[in-house]
Amino acid sequence: MFSDSTTTRMGESCMSDSASAAKVETPSPASRRADDVGETSERTRREPSSIELKGLHKRFGRDTVALDDVDLTIEAGEFFTLLGPSGCGKTTLLRILAGLEEPDDGRLLIGGEDITDIPPHRRSVNTVFQSYALFPHLSVRDNLAFGLRMRGESAAERRRKVDEVAEFIQLGSLVERRVDQLSGGQRQRIALARALICEPNVLLLDEPLSALDAGLRGQLQVELQRIQKRLGMTFVFVTHDQDEAMVMSDRIAVLDAGIIQQVGTPNEVYEHPRNAFVARFMGHDNLFAIHASQEDWVDTELGRLRLDPAEQRQEQEGWLLVRPETLELNADLSEDYNRLEGQVRERLYRGSRVEYRLEVNGVTVMATASNVGQRLHNVGDKVAVGVHPEDLVRVAS
Amino acid sequence: MAETLQIAFRGKAVVSESRHLLLSVSPGAIWIVVFLVLPSLYLMAVAFMTNGPYGLPQMPLTLDAFEQLAGFGFLGWSPGNLYTLLRSLWQTFLATVLVVIVAYPIAYYITTCREKWRAIMLLLVVVPSWTNQVIRTFGWMNLLAPGTPLSDAAQMLGLIPPNMGLYPSNFAVTLGLVYNFLPFMVLPLYAAFEKLDTAQVQAAQDLYASPVRAFWHAVFPQTLPGLLAGTVLVAIPAFGMYVIPELLGGGKGMMLGNLVANQFAGGSNWPLGAAGAILMLIATFIGLFAMRRIGKRLGGGEEVVI
Repeated sequence: MFSDSTTTRMGESCMSDSASAAKVETPSPASRRADDVGETSERTRREPSSIELKGLHKRFGRDTVALDDVDLTIEAGEFFTLLGPSGCGKTTLLRILAGLEEPDDGRLLIGGEDITDIPPHRRSVNTVFQSYALFPHLSVRDNLAFGLRMRGESAAERRRKVDEVAEFIQLGSLVERRVDQLSGGQRQRIALARALICEPNVLLLDEPLSALDAGLRGQLQVELQRIQKRLGMTFVFVTHDQDEAMVMSDRIAVLDAGIIQQVGTPNEVYEHPRNAFVARFMGHDNLFAIHASQEDWVDTELGRLRLDPAEQRQEQEGWLLVRPETLELNADLSEDYNRLEGQVRERLYRGSRVEYRLEVNGVTVMATASNVGQRLHNVGDKVAVGVHPEDLVRVAS
Repeated sequence: MAETLQIAFRGKAVVSESRHLLLSVSPGAIWIVVFLVLPSLYLMAVAFMTNGPYGLPQMPLTLDAFEQLAGFGFLGWSPGNLYTLLRSLWQTFLATVLVVIVAYPIAYYITTCREKWRAIMLLLVVVPSWTNQVIRTFGWMNLLAPGTPLSDAAQMLGLIPPNMGLYPSNFAVTLGLVYNFLPFMVLPLYAAFEKLDTAQVQAAQDLYASPVRAFWHAVFPQTLPGLLAGTVLVAIPAFGMYVIPELLGGGKGMMLGNLVANQFAGGSNWPLGAAGAILMLIATFIGLFAMRRIGKRLGGGEEVVI
């Protein structure tokens, strides 16, 4: 499974430069040959499984509701992310999938099979824990082989698979070491490999990158995503970091207070958040209260703005989302655009882009401009602010 | 001579440093030599001496004491001393095993409690050992004596003959040892459990280990250092225990410690007592050595015990 010759090895993929990206499609003849040698025993690849959650409830104590009537379907082979702030129930949901927590009510189906009452050690589901939970009394090799050993696979089989997976994650030289001799990034990979080696139907990842520094995290985000695509395994990933969720996921479920607020692809969730919570959690600051609305306009704190009639909702109240990157400053714009007057209050120079904090009709508005070819606006400058009606999104409270 | 002088002259700093070392270490060293090494050497010497008419050691040097310890006396061979030795070993083994069985769940339970409760529970484990051992053992005498509810219950169940008590007996000694040494096992085990990440247990279960196998493969090996440390703390003093068998054991519950004490007090045979003490010391060293070996093997080459 790990010596699939159509894709790159993990170590190559950590270099996210164009050279290694090219290798993804065309492996060098040398590596192909090595792969063929490794593929002496052909095994049938386990089919990825879909996951269905039906009316899941979970309470802790009397008043803490961790999950409130959660219905969710995760497709087979999908990279699915549970996103939300701490205490939103995302980890509880993951633990229910693993079998480490029992739901108070509701059913859980994996691959169409009801496994609600199956204990964790009989589920073909493996977890990468936030703390990695590697066994300190065992060597790296024994850690990797733990699941295979518990499943009763022979010593020879275990040895072969451990060597294979260790090569796959490019840590072959470390297998005889003790866990406490590894760096954080190495532990993370061993924890991942320990779960992958069992070839589960579903792999669960509980904030596996949160303990790593930013650089390593970005690199492993790319790696994880490639591994998932390559193995075709169903991944359920938990994180509180919306950037991480958007980079990696096929679909995202945003949770708050035990309730799924929205499920969608990264761009659906980012560009069309269903409510104010999702919008704020996805990092949107430019939300303006709507006082009144008609067919093709809304009255907001900023003033009256025209918008796409398709965005119109039944309810009068709500929020208008204006994404900072859709605002045009001092540009030569057509008649279609909404035009506002503003003043620059603050400028944050980010290199590739520049962020401005503007004051428009006494309200703070954030605007982002790509740093290409234009003059930077200075603090105190009066600027014309334009936004196209189609870029305005109505968001429920 | 000239050479050493030269060296001493050249390295004045070295000299003052070594003098400093001498000053700081010597009080302790003198203490150990005067109160441990010399008495031990004296004891060894006594063990090879002859028993005088008044029970005091005399010349010439013989192996009489060791022969007596092995059971050879005026009336030929008798197994009494050998029984005492075997009883000591058996009681130590039994008490240690029982202490482990009792302490393991207690230590685990304390780690699952909330932070503020843990300190209180640990205190509850430790506080009884602050009372004098003799007083606590007298307490057990009162609990186990004939006519007490416990003895009556044991009679009704047919465990002991009518009109007898649970004390004096070997059972009472075992009970006393377990009670006395429980804290010495609970504390190191608690320390081992506290270090354990509960996520590891879940990881084991997630990796197809049933609860029993998760315990055996993920939890138990990690508590081994605590278990071995506790075993040393329990087994060694238990082997030399004097008070508990003296008070709870009666004539047939005697242990090696009592045998040694009797030779120095009532029986007045110092060489025999000294030989018993040396035997005790040797057994202790063998036990420690064995524990170290086990610890090294199980700890993957790491120092586990002391």
